[in-house]
Amino acid sequence: MKNYETVIGLEVHLQLNTQTKIFCGCSTQFGREPNSQTCPVCLGLPGSLPVLNEQVLLSGMTIGLALNCTINSLVKFDRKNYYYPDLPKAYQISQYDFPIAKEGFLKVETGGQVKKMGIIRAHMEEDAGKLIHSPETKSSLVDYNRTGVPLVEIVSAPDMRSAQEAYDYLTTLKLLLSYLDVSDCDMEKGSLRCDANVSIREQGVQVLGTKTELKNLNSFRAVKNAIDFEVQRQIQTLEAGERIIQETRLWNEEKQITVSMRSKEEAHDYRYFPEPDLVPFMIETSMAEKARQALPELPTEKLTRFINDYKLSLYDAGVLVQDKNLAFFFEACVKAWNNPKKITNWIISILKQELNARRLTIAQTKLSITHFTELIQKVENGTLNNLTGKEVLTHMLDTGKDSATLIQEKGLTQVSDDASLNTIIDQVLAENADIVHAIKSGKENAIGFLVGQCMKKTQGKANPKKIGELIKGRIHNVSSS
Amino acid sequence: MITKKDVQYIAHLSRIHLTDEETEKLTTTLEDILGYIEKLNTLDVSTVKPTSHVLPLQNVFRRDLPRPSLSQADAIKSAPESHKGSFKVPQVIE
Repeated sequence: MKNYETVIGLEVHLQLNTQTKIFCGCSTQFGREPNSQTCPVCLGLPGSLPVLNEQVLLSGMTIGLALNCTINSLVKFDRKNYYYPDLPKAYQISQYDFPIAKEGFLKVETGGQVKKMGIIRAHMEEDAGKLIHSPETKSSLVDYNRTGVPLVEIVSAPDMRSAQEAYDYLTTLKLLLSYLDVSDCDMEKGSLRCDANVSIREQGVQVLGTKTELKNLNSFRAVKNAIDFEVQRQIQTLEAGERIIQETRLWNEEKQITVSMRSKEEAHDYRYFPEPDLVPFMIETSMAEKARQALPELPTEKLTRFINDYKLSLYDAGVLVQDKNLAFFFEACVKAWNNPKKITNWIISILKQELNARRLTIAQTKLSITHFTELIQKVENGTLNNLTGKEVLTHMLDTGKDSATLIQEKGLTQVSDDASLNTIIDQVLAENADIVHAIKSGKENAIGFLVGQCMKKTQGKANPKKIGELIKGRIHNVSSS
Repeated sequence: MITKKDVQYIAHLSRIHLTDEETEKLTTTLEDILGYIEKLNTLDVSTVKPTSHVLPLQNVFRRDLPRPSLSQADAIKSAPESHKGSFKVPQVIE
């Protein structure tokens, strides 16, 4: 078998989080009754005229700038013509030769190195409607609520050389986009969609091989698996002496294979021409510069700052920055209580697990910054031990109450007066005479077991450090007497 | 040169069924139109600025503020067929 190189380019469609559609004032809210968010413009009724939503242009510019693109000074829209019932006008308003942004790049950490992936362009366009196929009535049902919802399509250069690189590109891109606040980037809701262009060529050959376009990729994992499958399929095709046909192939998640879409369905002849219903847009340099100034702090910048300002390790800073909400929560906490290391530990080793278990983001919980930092301080000053502290946190996440209230309600005040502790220690020492004996004969480590027994008897409410000291003292006394 | 095949291809893209007679007729019509455009092509436009839009307007925006939509009933009122608030069209196979 010959040596093949994989070449991948990705097209990412991002649904913007504007209030209204790209060319009309209909709401973009998800999940409403079919066709309840439509008007003559997005239904494509005769005589209606589109007008561009200013926020879409601004978001498009923000995305372009964050991807190190040049912003075109002349921006115009074009009609992409195709006949399919999800498009009421029989054309999609998109951008052809003067998109909002062109020629950028995204730095992606992949395979232990940083690779610069080219961005060919980012352009604005309107989303299509939703079709539900109903075989029993031999019909398709169309909901135009999504028609006209603003999209920005980000087209990468064919710079990725493996499914893993494509996966890493997507993860990095999604993180960057999440910091821009232009979309909820939710793949499950379809706010972020991805198509992959895949081809192979013999090692050393410059010319690109014939590509196939993979669609129906509903998760990053699906993107990776589909590319892996498709590369193998193309290799087998070539090795069998056959040719690759340029076509669209759909990923079948169940069977984990790509399947050819009937080529009849997809004559890629869109006959683009300038959209006469929309005027052109001139972007002054000052306007683009203003947008550049207004860019929020991007993930890589935040990472560096966290390491420098808060003396976090690369790993800790990375974990925080990977989740925009968590990163912002962390900084707010540090503002409330200046102890970045302790806060980081609590967020990464405790809070994050609790959030994962609940499948929630920090923003979706009732946790307040003050309550959280107060709780950590209570553990620090010994009012709570780690175990009870963690328990209080779980109740906080569920109820939104503060630690003082929860300690009271759940009876979690730490038992630390000597008298109460000694009573418990008496019991434990009596019950574990053999262990006591072992400790006396030098097995100091076994003290941990006795501490554990005491903690158990107090339902975790005792101060383990104090118990340890008391037990040590007692055994020493006993042994010296 | 427009051929019958071109017309059939465009008809397919447009999901229009044409009879042989219509195909024949449209082939000549389209050829005539192209001929006219060819005539325009002979004009000297070296001093004319290329334009994608005829109005002396640019940067016309809408603010991102919601406006009332049509009611579901009104939206589908003109549809030849509908089903539970959705437009009903002949089945399209993917």
